[in-house]
Amino acid sequence: MNAIDVSRRKFLVGAGAAAGGLTLGMSIPFDEAVAQTGATPEVNAWVVIRPDDTVVVRIARQEMGQGTITGLAQLVAEELEADWAKVTYEYPTPGQSVARKRVWGDYATSGSRGVRNSEKYMREGGAAARMMLMQAAADQWKVPVAELTVARGVITHKASNRTTTYGKVSDAAGKLVPPANPALKDPKNWTIAGKPLKRLAQDGKVNGKQIYAMDYVAPNMLNAAIKDCPIWGGKLKSFDASAAEKMPGVKKVLRIDGNAVVVVADTFWRAKTALDAVKIEYDAGESAKLNSKSIEAMLDEGLTAKEAFVGNQGGDVQKAIAGAAKVVEATYRFPYQNHAPMEPMNATALWTPERCDVWTSTQNGEAALATTSQAAGLPLDKCDVHRLDLGGGFGRRATSQDYVRQAVLIAKEMPGTPVKLIWTREEDQLRGCYHPITKCKMTGALDKDGNLVGLHMRLSGQSILATIRPEGLQNGRDPAAFQGLNNGGTEGAIGYTIPNILVDHAMRNTAIRPGFWRGVNNNQNAVYLECFMDELAHAAGVDPLEFRRRMMKDHPKHLAVLNAVAERGGWSKPAPKGVFRGLAQHMGYGSYVAAMAEVSINESGTLKIHRIVAATNCGHAVNPAQIERQIEGSFAYGLGAALMQEITFDGGKAVETNFDTYPMVRMADMPAVESIIAPTNDFWGGVGEPTIFVAAPAVLNAIFAATGKRVRNLPIADQDLRKA
Amino acid sequence: MAKLNVNGRVVDVNVEPDTPLLWVIREQIGLTGTKYGCGVAQCGACSIYIDGEITRSCAMPVSSIKESQKIVTIEGANDRVVQAVQKAWLEHDVPQCGYCQSGQVLAAAALIRAKKNPTDEDIDREMTNICRCGTYNRIRIAIKQAASAVQAG
Ligand code: FES
Ligand code: FES
Repeated sequence: MNAIDVSRRKFLVGAGAAAGGLTLGMSIPFDEAVAQTGATPEVNAWVVIRPDDTVVVRIARQEMGQGTITGLAQLVAEELEADWAKVTYEYPTPGQSVARKRVWGDYATSGSRGVRNSEKYMREGGAAARMMLMQAAADQWKVPVAELTVARGVITHKASNRTTTYGKVSDAAGKLVPPANPALKDPKNWTIAGKPLKRLAQDGKVNGKQIYAMDYVAPNMLNAAIKDCPIWGGKLKSFDASAAEKMPGVKKVLRIDGNAVVVVADTFWRAKTALDAVKIEYDAGESAKLNSKSIEAMLDEGLTAKEAFVGNQGGDVQKAIAGAAKVVEATYRFPYQNHAPMEPMNATALWTPERCDVWTSTQNGEAALATTSQAAGLPLDKCDVHRLDLGGGFGRRATSQDYVRQAVLIAKEMPGTPVKLIWTREEDQLRGCYHPITKCKMTGALDKDGNLVGLHMRLSGQSILATIRPEGLQNGRDPAAFQGLNNGGTEGAIGYTIPNILVDHAMRNTAIRPGFWRGVNNNQNAVYLECFMDELAHAAGVDPLEFRRRMMKDHPKHLAVLNAVAERGGWSKPAPKGVFRGLAQHMGYGSYVAAMAEVSINESGTLKIHRIVAATNCGHAVNPAQIERQIEGSFAYGLGAALMQEITFDGGKAVETNFDTYPMVRMADMPAVESIIAPTNDFWGGVGEPTIFVAAPAVLNAIFAATGKRVRNLPIADQDLRKA
Repeated sequence: MAKLNVNGRVVDVNVEPDTPLLWVIREQIGLTGTKYGCGVAQCGACSIYIDGEITRSCAMPVSSIKESQKIVTIEGANDRVVQAVQKAWLEHDVPQCGYCQSGQVLAAAALIRAKKNPTDEDIDREMTNICRCGTYNRIRIAIKQAASAVQAG
């Protein structure tokens, strides 16, 4: 089994770090082990086998639509030699995990880590369980275990012609000592993992029966609506609830955490209606002057500021620029975005002086548990968080458990009564954890042969870590700001060899709360780098694919996916009439991705994205069918941002408060997507996020090919795309 | 007090007349397959049928509904077309998080009832529900399959 350090009495909660490997967040103390969970005895922490041979795989990572539970169950079932048709899953609660010395490891599901950071210990859990089940059968038959074979949950002793099933020996297996370091299968021999299997638990999603946190109902439950201070950096000054208190169904009007006004009523609708009748005054303070214009001015100053944190440096870029045959410059901008998962934030809490329970959808059960304990004023072992299905996460439910905290604080005011807090869509837009705004000044130095000999990338903008996980900063520097631009490393290495390079970041923070938004800083970094590569190629008079290839000899994995899309997309052949192409490649969360977009633009400047050919090398492809769906989904998400979305601010407050002003990609906007899954089977990379990086730059480069216009300012909808 | 005919059952609900039908369905009647996404008729998560017409229930006050009108939610929708859509949805593994899918299934079935063989243009025009997970391409394939299954009887 995985070596879990049981001697430590504290562990860190990985609360959704941007780059994997950053374990940040709260420290939770725990007490010594408590007994097993569940009624059926387990074989080990990962595997329970019921008498009817049903295999229950325990999963701590969250399913929010990305297919993680299916992938992880496949990996465990593979090592277990289980019958896939009999596999199901359950989620141990974070409280149970704490009670068992954190046996299920990290609950955080962000940074595309659901599979890649748990595959080893989960596969080992499956392999150990298989060995214990076979040993139990061997003991029963009094034969050496080496004489047994197993397939699809059936153990056979050929010599004596006997068979038994996992369900029959699981009790005895659970009593055995787990083997140390079970050997894992060579992925070449996988029969369950690596296959394009259908997702588990889909039925309830087509017949309305699946229960999301939003749908949870407890006996005698009350409902709450909330308005937290919508002005970032502002304060709640006063409120008048006299009218609201008299409205039907209202039980209580509260102020929690200083800045939030809450109405508790019998139904949500009545709570919300009454809340709208509360007169609230805010004190904007300094944030009165915080608006999109002031932020822009601050970022512009950062673009040329003397001081900046260095992310990647090699050679002497200033010298290269001074001696260049041609210098190319451009400034780009990537605006604030909101996650806007379909299910708005919500949580149900029940507080008594002895105990607090929460039912919610979160991307990080442990962070939600720590939040609950803190807000409830109760020790961890008196709290638990019960997971319900997530109507999307995209990083929002990883960045902050603010809605959990609020629900607990409200429930604390109503001891013994469960209260469900529901955010309106407007609250979700106003109290987001926004993808931060940045700008970037690109300076490229070309030699007389059109080679890129120097590149300076000056990022200017908000750091996520500085606000959300300041303990992740390195002497003030935000390492995640350089995602995809690093000189090597497994998380986000630049794919080009450039003799003189400087990537630096002028950190310019605001009172606006940033967050980890699907793809995180790779989104803008890929736009900046890949669009500028296209600019440089044109300036050098070289085909954009060829221009890149010249610098990619030492980056074979980056190059392979780029070549794959160029080949499948027909880059070297003429495009259909009126259709134009753009390319992009990037690396992040361990995976290598590339895309080729095909667009057309009509006389009046209307953009149509016809097709995107996308390639990913995620190392091991645990479920190619689900990976394809993640690729498509990531393009819908990334193109929404590139095409039409921006959160602007006025007086410290988000202006776009619903889908009428913060539009979403819909069916008609969605291009055809052709996926190339090209795993090299020598590493474990992420899947949920990486392809999003290349969506926008590939389209932007195709727009240039179509119009001769560079869109350097997003969203595209704000730009005039009529031919230059 | 209002009388509503929901999934073939007449129910009395005690709510303020301006309460959106969505919240009556979810909170009074206890059918949670109809989802709240935006509350402003933008996303379609709250889609239901009223006398067979696909309708966004979040922006429809309960007072505008007559007892004679037949409300059908995802839980009660089980005609041939809906079943064909659900089957195609599962075959193509359409849902990701699934939160929008009640609405997508009902909208797709409404489209197939109106157009036997929906073209890509029909699908683009009629399928306007938001899916934040981006299941659109699978929805498109599944609609076409469901439509031919319905045709084949
Ligand atoms: S909730 Fe009704 S359309 Fe969005
Ligand atoms: S499947 Fe998640 S919003 Fe559509």
